[in-house]
Amino acid sequence: MKGLEIKNITKTFGRTKALDNVSLVLPAGKIYGLLGRNGAGKSTLLHIATNRLFADQGAIFIDGETVVENDSATGKVYLMSTQNLYPENMKVKRAFKEGKFFYPGFDEGAACQMAAEFKLDTGKKIKNLSTGYQSLFKLIMAIASNAPYLFLDEPVLGLDANNRKSIYQKLLEKYAQTGCTMILSTHIIEEVAGMIEEIIILHDGKVLRQAAVEDLLAGHYQIAGPEEAMQAYLADKSVLHTQTFGQLLTATVEGEPGPYPDSLSVSRPELQDLFIEITNEKERSQS
Amino acid sequence: MKITDDGNKPIFVQIQEGIEDMILSGSFPEETQIPSTTEISTNYRINPATALKGINLLVDGGILYKKRGIGVFVKEGAVHVLSQKRRQSFGEDYVAPMVAEARRLAITEPELIKMIQKGYEK
Repeated sequence: MKGLEIKNITKTFGRTKALDNVSLVLPAGKIYGLLGRNGAGKSTLLHIATNRLFADQGAIFIDGETVVENDSATGKVYLMSTQNLYPENMKVKRAFKEGKFFYPGFDEGAACQMAAEFKLDTGKKIKNLSTGYQSLFKLIMAIASNAPYLFLDEPVLGLDANNRKSIYQKLLEKYAQTGCTMILSTHIIEEVAGMIEEIIILHDGKVLRQAAVEDLLAGHYQIAGPEEAMQAYLADKSVLHTQTFGQLLTATVEGEPGPYPDSLSVSRPELQDLFIEITNEKERSQS
Repeated sequence: MKITDDGNKPIFVQIQEGIEDMILSGSFPEETQIPSTTEISTNYRINPATALKGINLLVDGGILYKKRGIGVFVKEGAVHVLSQKRRQSFGEDYVAPMVAEARRLAITEPELIKMIQKGYEK
């Protein structure tokens, strides 16, 4: 299969189970959103998928090839992580120059052009860049790599609103040009909600949901109204979350609204709210 | 056109209606090319597949047409078709919610009609 296949991955750190029997099939050519709360296992999964960490159990395949000690598979992936993996004293321009040794399609000219556009000083040492510029540097490396798989872990960390907007546009341009597979792991869900086609929610090392964003949104609704009418309406519904505000009761519900009284009003949930409610609900049901 | 994630309408529907608005306002005149899927995608920061879905609804509805290898164009007569369509859905889109709100506020039918007449006088 063209794409990323994750089979029964388990990884423990000491007594913590970071990933617990995770299996996912991600066909190539889509933009995925890998979402989860802090400590859900997102970064661990991306690091195992690029052979930077070893799983205790399970296997990961890219285009049908194992990623463990296999340069032909890992060479297809650019992982942008929050860790700095460049040599201590390396300057930005040197990293641009050496990009093609790791990524055959690396476009040094495009990297330099983007650096100029974002006012990234290529004469600086990578370790001396600010958080925002470290992110920009890594994003430029990712975009210029022309790798068919871009795994971006917290891509916009420390970026101002202007740069976040420009970066999202650059990523979409790259996607349109190359049809690459992207995994965006981010906490700023609102900003990427329109970009991602499919969402994966990790929670406590397990896959909580994998769905097309549009299906997930269409499969839930928000309904609000006076408490009494709402209680009667919700009696036979699959309620994810409720919130009262004075006498107003708002609920997020799974399924179709069906008939409801005039005093209630229905709307579509936002992806970020849905994410918060799905992960909170899971925590409540566990405790 | 403004694309929001605050619900009520899927993004592909917002794209469809946004393009319709621009055709009706003359921003996208008949027989001219509209921006490409990639331009729409990057401009509004949405997935190109979503942009394409919105465009395809308009192609299927006879508002836009594709010129192979060139791009997507506004069909001749699109403005007329769209205004007919909007006239047909005017009741559902504007009158129904207005009447519902009038009922909540106990505004009677004659009172509402008077208000509408006043609106026309402006």
